[in-house]
Amino acid sequence: MPSRHSIAASPVKGGAAPAGSPPAGRAPEEERRRAKLSRRWQRDLRWSPYAFVAPFFALFIAFGLFPLIYTGWASLHTVELTAPTDMEWAGLKNYVRIFDDEFFWNAARNTLIIGVISTVPQLAMAMGIAHLLNYKLRGSTFWRVAMLAPYATSVAAAALVFVLLFGRDYGMINWALGFVGLDAIDWQNDSWASKLAVSTIVIWRWTGYNALIYLAAMQAIPHDLYESAALDGASRWRQFFHVTLPSLRPTILFTVVVSTIGATQIFGEPLLFDASKGASGGGTHQFQTLGLYLYEQGWINQHLGRASAIAWSMFAILILIGLVNSVISRRLRASS
Amino acid sequence: MTTTLTPPQQPAPEAVPDDKARKTRGPRSARAGGQFHAGPLTYVILTLFTLGSLFPLFWTAVAASRDNARLAETPPPLWFGANLSDKLAVAWEDANLGEAFLNTTFVAGTSAIVTCFLSAMAGFAFAKLRFKGRNALLLVVIGTMMVPPQLSVIPLYMMVAKLDWSDQLQAVLLPSLVNAFGVFFMRQYLTQALPDELIEAGRVDGASTWRIMWHIVFPVARPAMAVLAMLKFVETWNDFLWPFLVLTQHGSPTVQVAVAGLGRGYTPDQALIMAGALLGTLPLLLVFTIFGKQIVGGIMQGAVKG
Repeated sequence: MPSRHSIAASPVKGGAAPAGSPPAGRAPEEERRRAKLSRRWQRDLRWSPYAFVAPFFALFIAFGLFPLIYTGWASLHTVELTAPTDMEWAGLKNYVRIFDDEFFWNAARNTLIIGVISTVPQLAMAMGIAHLLNYKLRGSTFWRVAMLAPYATSVAAAALVFVLLFGRDYGMINWALGFVGLDAIDWQNDSWASKLAVSTIVIWRWTGYNALIYLAAMQAIPHDLYESAALDGASRWRQFFHVTLPSLRPTILFTVVVSTIGATQIFGEPLLFDASKGASGGGTHQFQTLGLYLYEQGWINQHLGRASAIAWSMFAILILIGLVNSVISRRLRASS
Repeated sequence: MTTTLTPPQQPAPEAVPDDKARKTRGPRSARAGGQFHAGPLTYVILTLFTLGSLFPLFWTAVAASRDNARLAETPPPLWFGANLSDKLAVAWEDANLGEAFLNTTFVAGTSAIVTCFLSAMAGFAFAKLRFKGRNALLLVVIGTMMVPPQLSVIPLYMMVAKLDWSDQLQAVLLPSLVNAFGVFFMRQYLTQALPDELIEAGRVDGASTWRIMWHIVFPVARPAMAVLAMLKFVETWNDFLWPFLVLTQHGSPTVQVAVAGLGRGYTPDQALIMAGALLGTLPLLLVFTIFGKQIVGGIMQGAVKG
């Protein structure tokens, strides 16, 4: 397909020969010079796009694609942390080993639970906040920045302060629960409470960010949709459910995908939430996620091959989620 | 997935009827405001969320100003004690934070600048240049965004071991330069913000693609590049897993590694840990306070919608 660029592109040729034939009486040297320039021009048009994307792809192949594939290769070997370059063929042994390990399934279950109880409330709250921020507000920048402050906080800082806030004996949260007449909760050792606490860290850090994404999408909804809804006598609530939410469907899907990917790799929160500073996610692995299990196998138990098998299992899970997601979104699109 | 960037510089004309800020850039200009003025209830709820959002940060500072004995009492402290400067000074020493700050600033800064330029170049090529395999390559970029970096840490660790790079900053810096989101972000921005006529004018004047990049694309892309650089800086500054694996607290840590290392030991000094967490967070909080408006605008511009 001839592009507009290539039509407008040859000022040398076009300028010299508007009628398409070389004017007579030019020195042959001049002709050669022009031909050379024109060749350089063609080369530039043809190859520089590749030169422009090359740095990204070079880095991506070196530090993204190659490691990803090599993880698969390493997962078929026995590799020790102490000598990461010595690999010994092991076939599927690593996979058999981790699929036999109850802690793998425990970690998978925990990841799923923590993923759900962190993502769902997070996105629901983000939607509510975005709706409020979409009103005409005094000091709208202040509210937005305040919501975003947790996003500026690192996993490490956030997890460390929440460990104290969730302390069993002297923590602020149990103290506050005492006012409502609730008993102190053992946020470290209780199976559900600990998952809830780890999820809280995730929710705290990401709600504001997602709210801003929803807000951006809400502001892109054409006003006349609301106007005609209002003319039809729809209340604010009905407008929210019948205009706002449907218009946001693609954005919601996007945030769900991103949060799901984020949730499969939760690592820093459970690592640092553990008051005993281990990598097992609590005394009975009650909040060990797959990311943490990978770290424990690879760097505490020093089996990098096994850790690679975990990584590829996570990859498989993600692809599965991606497939399910695209099926659902296609259904949604078909039904609308 | 069809995705577009909110066009920041070309607000849809029909969307700006009575808006005073007609020509201002930023996502709020064109479709500013909601449909209704906020009632008091809105402010109450927003205040509650803001408290939830800011309280842990505030309390980090409160806890950092106390000591272990006070933190092991009920009720927990709600206001500052006397130890803040002491604890900050000790945390600074113990966690090797001076070096950590230099390291992290170097890594995050370099990463932000480099990815920003590489993303602008690749984004320009994807947005405005025609070449064989463009769509396929763009799909690869989008696919890359979906793959979590965690899946690559083991071979990267092997590479670092082989090259003898552990505890060296390039081990953290180089992998952080892969930024598919940046490429996609710049592509979306340039598709909208860079008129074809501008490039054609450059071509007619005989400028090479590279000159067009320098003299036309970079100036147009500057606002988006600034946003991207900020986002990347925050991301790299806060990155935890990979630096934690290849750097040690007493080698050349990044801030996050140094702060996470503070909690080790038999009877950890909680106030000290909080002081470290506070120090590690303060620079970014400061940046967010100053550039809050731009950062919010940037995130909202980058918001992907169908």
